[in-house]
Amino acid sequence: MTARSRLLAILAALALALVACGDDDGAAPTGGGDSSTTSASSEEGERITLVTHDSFNVSESVFETFTDETGITVEVLPSGDAGSMVNQAILTKDDPQGDVLFGIDNTFLSRALDEDLFVAYESSALDRVPEEVQLDDEHRVTPIDTGDVCLNYDKAALEEAGAEPPQTLADLTDPAYEGDLVVENPATSSPGLAFLLATIDEFGQDGWQQYWEDLAANDVEVTAGWEEAYYGSFSGAADSDGDRPIVVSYASSPPAEVIFAEETPDEAPTGVVIDTCYRQIEFAGILANTEHEAEAQELVDFMLSDTFQSDIPLNMFVYPVTDVELPEAFVEYGAEAEDPYLIDADEVAENREAWIEEWTDIVLR
Amino acid sequence: MTARRLLTAVVFVVPVAFFAVFFAVPAVTLVTTGLRGGGAWELGEVGDVLGSASTRRVAWFTLWQAAVSTAATVALALPAAWIIGRVHMPGRALFSAVMVVPFVLPTVVVGTAFLAVLGADGPVRTVGSSFGLDIDLRQSATAVIIAHVFFNYAVVARTVGAAWLAVDPVTEEAARTLGASRWRAFRDVTLPQVRPALAGAAAIVFLFTFTSFGVVKILGGPRVATIEVEIHRVTTQLLDLRTAAVLSLLQLAAVIAALALYRRAGRRRGIGRLRAGRSVLRRAVGWERAVVAGTLLSSGLLLGVPIATLAWRSIDTAGGPGLGYYRALDTVGRGTVAFVPPTEAIRNSLVFGFAAATTALVVGGLAALGIHRLGGRARGFADSSLMLPLGTSAVTVGLGFLIALDEPPLDLRTSPVLIPAAQAIIAIPFVIRTMLPAMEAIPSRLREAASSLGASPWRVWTSIDARLLRRPALVAYGFAFAISLGEFGATVFIARADAPTVPVAIFRALSQPGALNIGQAMALSTILLTMTTIVMVVVDRVGDARVGGF
Repeated sequence: MTARSRLLAILAALALALVACGDDDGAAPTGGGDSSTTSASSEEGERITLVTHDSFNVSESVFETFTDETGITVEVLPSGDAGSMVNQAILTKDDPQGDVLFGIDNTFLSRALDEDLFVAYESSALDRVPEEVQLDDEHRVTPIDTGDVCLNYDKAALEEAGAEPPQTLADLTDPAYEGDLVVENPATSSPGLAFLLATIDEFGQDGWQQYWEDLAANDVEVTAGWEEAYYGSFSGAADSDGDRPIVVSYASSPPAEVIFAEETPDEAPTGVVIDTCYRQIEFAGILANTEHEAEAQELVDFMLSDTFQSDIPLNMFVYPVTDVELPEAFVEYGAEAEDPYLIDADEVAENREAWIEEWTDIVLR
Repeated sequence: MTARRLLTAVVFVVPVAFFAVFFAVPAVTLVTTGLRGGGAWELGEVGDVLGSASTRRVAWFTLWQAAVSTAATVALALPAAWIIGRVHMPGRALFSAVMVVPFVLPTVVVGTAFLAVLGADGPVRTVGSSFGLDIDLRQSATAVIIAHVFFNYAVVARTVGAAWLAVDPVTEEAARTLGASRWRAFRDVTLPQVRPALAGAAAIVFLFTFTSFGVVKILGGPRVATIEVEIHRVTTQLLDLRTAAVLSLLQLAAVIAALALYRRAGRRRGIGRLRAGRSVLRRAVGWERAVVAGTLLSSGLLLGVPIATLAWRSIDTAGGPGLGYYRALDTVGRGTVAFVPPTEAIRNSLVFGFAAATTALVVGGLAALGIHRLGGRARGFADSSLMLPLGTSAVTVGLGFLIALDEPPLDLRTSPVLIPAAQAIIAIPFVIRTMLPAMEAIPSRLREAASSLGASPWRVWTSIDARLLRRPALVAYGFAFAISLGEFGATVFIARADAPTVPVAIFRALSQPGALNIGQAMALSTILLTMTTIVMVVVDRVGDARVGGF
């Protein structure tokens, strides 16, 4: 009797399982056209996939323009932060998830090139792009935007304390700024790594260690990521609970504070220390083993067009690589470093792990 | 006997297939890829990684913080389990529902709330300094442990509470009549009956805190790391899959050892007697009222303060309290690729929640049924194996999906099925831990009595098993739903272009400076916690109404 009752129960449960599985397929969202895949149009045209990081954003109209011009529809596939994205792309190299990858920066570049992640393509639009950001001679990647990681400071807090904003990296070891600085851990954060590289570029292979000893003695705070540093410890962020007036953030953070303020202020609440900036360059590359190489090339060309380039600042808060006009808030409140710090991508790749190890020993132990 | 075995095997088909496709194959594939490196097995490095001082330090921190977090969670949440299982009081249902909220909140948001509570001008330091103490818990292991209790409180309180509710107080009363003290009656009569649920809940909390990621990163500061944090770092920053594979194996070994300990602790089974009919809830009297008051106060401080901080910040605009941030959800960024209309995010979250919870209940329910039928070693093995996903690195499984599930017939990499499936994998151990003790507590006498009175086997199952299992099933469903609503970590490696959920929208808002961005994150978090409370209240209500009628 018991065995038979069990059998019935099992059959019922299995039936339920089948029904439920069927349900799952049916019920899973198939995509809200208005937020994700762009361009409502064209069954007839080709579709290509742009693999990118979670911070990617452009106006929907931009990709609609591309579709109107070429008949190609672009699907966007966000894949975590920049590091995760590159790692995923390397792991799936033989059977890529998309056709073009956008958002790899100069700190991850060497690794991707060593892995033969991309096929070369020299876009005809490259003549509008400054030489110094074209880091790969073989054109396996194409520069699309640049972003500067710089010290930001809380204008009101420094003024209240009667202190001048720092001007250089060296200033930060001054006792006047004791307990004022918060940085991100270079082992876990991309702006944190950029800032460490800036100090290595400034003080040299043998000098940066002493600088960080001095910073540690001056009570520098280290957080795991940008969110914790900016929203948790920095006093200048909107609604902040922090008590430190100087933070490692981006050159575009003051414009963002103004653009996303509840009531537009006359002046940005925070400022950028322009001589402390490290340059991050973001590239696009055509993934090897794509089945849509021609269409992928068209997308790379388009990413250097005025339509795409002028849409970059207000959506991704980085700077275009071509000379398109910048939005007013960027001109008024932003700052672009004239001569930013930058270390050769190969040198970064070679030393990155050792530098981080050494930094950890100095600052965290 | 062979027929019985065959049946058991049939029951296991679905769970084993599900477990293989969505957990075992991806995890094994990635670990193998890491260890094989350039093509040949390179095992020499395994010893190097394991022997390094940094690995030892990370492993030790992981272990002790998990043990302390689990003990603290059990100690603080057990009185709440008693309230759920025994005490009749106004607002009991809401109390039981609201405590699940922390469980679904993204760690970044909770981290921000905790930073506010622990921060320079936060209540903790303010209160401390009025007593002449400088309490700075920022970037400390203490902050990590407090946050772990915050997150996992409901796991112990609700799981054990449900078991407590199912224990007929008549046995305890009999013991009291025979002269046992209250403590003795609790220890010798009630505790053994809730023990499987307690051991199961503690095991889940241990696994969750052992593999903790976001909390440790945000609140622990840069000086401490769990193995999971380290795996994430070497994978995403250094792209060092070999070290990641070795660390994943180390984590797995520790988790297996912990599960073996748990099996010993939980072995003594409940003496199995489910209540029948009358309500077990009664008003607190005498000193019990002090316990109730103390529990409500401590949970109010621990859970209530951070939650209230979030809710307050979502309306604390520059021009005074208002809905400006909620309005911003529908306007800021409209017309861009990353814009998520709030209604769509809520809908996606609910649909994924429904799909994941249903999948978890069906697969987990079948697994529990199968485990219930097994005996001896096989039982322990099956039971522990299905808990392994809780103790496995999300990065490992997530990346494993990408390389293992990329060919037909299982080309699931960008399939919308992958997200609820990954969430269900995490929820299934909850379902088993909640359903299995309940299945075991059903006295076979009841079934035999029904059969001898002429009930058909189907009738026996629907009127006895199904009814007695309905409440635990609903508790499990609620948890699975909550896991899915708040889940972000495990699916971080799954491309999710076409269906952004509320947690995804929160992360997008938090990634840029500006009052409207942090304000939107707070507003979305408040929406998420409201959704959770509603879902839990509804689940509890439905459960009460149906079971009460038995």
